[in-house]
Amino acid sequence: MSNTQHLQDFTTQVRRDILRMVHAVNSGHPGGSLGCAEFFTVLYQHQMKRNPSFTMDGIGEDLFFLSNGHISPVFYSVLARSGYFPVSELATFRKLNSRLQGHPTTHEGLPGVRMASGSLGQGLSVAIGAALAKKLNGDAHLVYSLHGDGELQEGQNWEAIMYASAKKVDNIIATIDYNGQQIDGATEDVLSLGNLKAKFEAFDWDVLEITEGNNIEAIIAGMAEAKNRTGKGKPVCVLLHTVMGHGVDFMMHTHAWHGKAPNDDQLAIGLAQNTETLGDY
Amino acid sequence: MMTNWLSGWHKILKLWETTRIMKKYTNTGSKDTRSGFGAGMTELGQKNENVVALCADLIGSLKFDDFKKNHPERFFQIGIAEANMIGIAAGLTIGGKIPFTGTFANFSTGRVYDQIRQSVAYSDKNVKICASHAGLTLGEDGATHQILEDIGLMKMLPGMTVINTCDYNQTKAATIALAEHHGPAYLRFGRPVVPNFTPADEPFVIGKAILLNEGTDVTIIATGHLVWEALLAAEALEAKGISAEVINIHTIKPLDEAAILKSVAKTGCVVTAEEHNILGGLGESVARVLALNHPKPQEFVAVQDSFGESGTPEQLMDKYKLNHQAIEAAVEKVMKRK
Repeated sequence: MSNTQHLQDFTTQVRRDILRMVHAVNSGHPGGSLGCAEFFTVLYQHQMKRNPSFTMDGIGEDLFFLSNGHISPVFYSVLARSGYFPVSELATFRKLNSRLQGHPTTHEGLPGVRMASGSLGQGLSVAIGAALAKKLNGDAHLVYSLHGDGELQEGQNWEAIMYASAKKVDNIIATIDYNGQQIDGATEDVLSLGNLKAKFEAFDWDVLEITEGNNIEAIIAGMAEAKNRTGKGKPVCVLLHTVMGHGVDFMMHTHAWHGKAPNDDQLAIGLAQNTETLGDY
Repeated sequence: MMTNWLSGWHKILKLWETTRIMKKYTNTGSKDTRSGFGAGMTELGQKNENVVALCADLIGSLKFDDFKKNHPERFFQIGIAEANMIGIAAGLTIGGKIPFTGTFANFSTGRVYDQIRQSVAYSDKNVKICASHAGLTLGEDGATHQILEDIGLMKMLPGMTVINTCDYNQTKAATIALAEHHGPAYLRFGRPVVPNFTPADEPFVIGKAILLNEGTDVTIIATGHLVWEALLAAEALEAKGISAEVINIHTIKPLDEAAILKSVAKTGCVVTAEEHNILGGLGESVARVLALNHPKPQEFVAVQDSFGESGTPEQLMDKYKLNHQAIEAAVEKVMKRK
């Protein structure tokens, strides 16, 4: 057993949670959620320095902001299984009177969430603000954020990207979920991002790529390197190459499952490919 | 020649109106409300280390110079990127900062509505959105910069406090009061030099109306630059034997419903006055309160659902009927409907 087996098991259980959550309400976004399961697992179970109890201000710990809020299933599953709220609450996802809204929000007081997201392109600005607050507070911890690649079509991102480098916000690691897919198809066809690495570098960010974005050990190594590059005068960008729908064979390499739930038969197939590890909710 | 003579006479008349000593309120020296904001920020910078300021390339216009000079580490020049400014402000609250953003009212609201909606209001972030150059009195820049819809946009957001101050002293006091208030807020003020008449030591209580003049025949409810005009109207009306009660609503949300209902129960009719579109402004908020509790005739002094245009502030307030003459006419009209 490799020393990352526990993280692999965690990821597999998160995939089961994602499939069961979206299936139960016949709505939600499984594709991007499945593709980011390894990243969230590494972030919350390995990378980030987290306080045991949640406070909105997050003084003395690393912070994470999810900008592409539609992949809430993976966020909620990892938060619950990291102890922020009961795992049983995952059963309320997208239901009336739930804290687990379709897109993440602070409005219902769900521990682990510091900012509403869903309307795209706003998370990087918020993460930069939180990073600036950390600097003002003399808090040496880092701010992490995740963004969809298609989300970078929103102009506010580029205001934020320009700001972060110009003002030397070097305590932030912004990760791009570089799966090449968005609702209407491949990003290349919808609105090409061109050379994304060159774009970030032209904006004077320190960019590194994790080419195996669904490989836990590759993510651990990549994020460790990203952390090493903080504090050197430049914001850090991680281009995380993932496969949308990863871990469920018929959902992989397509935008078709961006925002579509599996039916009963499809759920059974998906769960069979991800056998229970930590116990279903 | 005739035009010049009239224009000169108009200026003298205006000077007299803005400098004369009224019975109850004295203009202690005309100033712009934005300078009241700047003075408030200067004071906050000294007494609250959690207060931070953000500006989108309008430091001079927003009177941020002192704050920037005295607290460079707490001042963030964002550049011409208002959406990013709102987001960064929201993020700064995480860690206990109290951000005050500053730009023109149009760029503070309409341009960044969804950023405010999601990252500030829905996320319940303690951001103070401070907006100068609101309304027609921005003047010559014209309609691209003269937002007349901002009160409506902001008051529709759940949890958003909306304040429109009337003079320098009130703007300074409101700015300082906002730092002690937890939650998202919109503070609206302006560019022109206007009478400064509220007492410098008057405490600013968010959500509390100020009764400026007691009367029995009509209630005039005014906000922002129209408050002084309402006082001028009340004096002119008194000379005609009409007793006008004047209420300054500086906080449009939450609205001091009790003060409005108490006054209208006495007078039986109301005129609202604001430098805003008739749709979505203070007048509609007052109308809702009356409709739900105590329906009475109401007239609206406001912009009649149009954009503004270039001109001097005085010309614009005259053309769009946002002055004491318009308030007096509205009073005479509403009293006939009692």
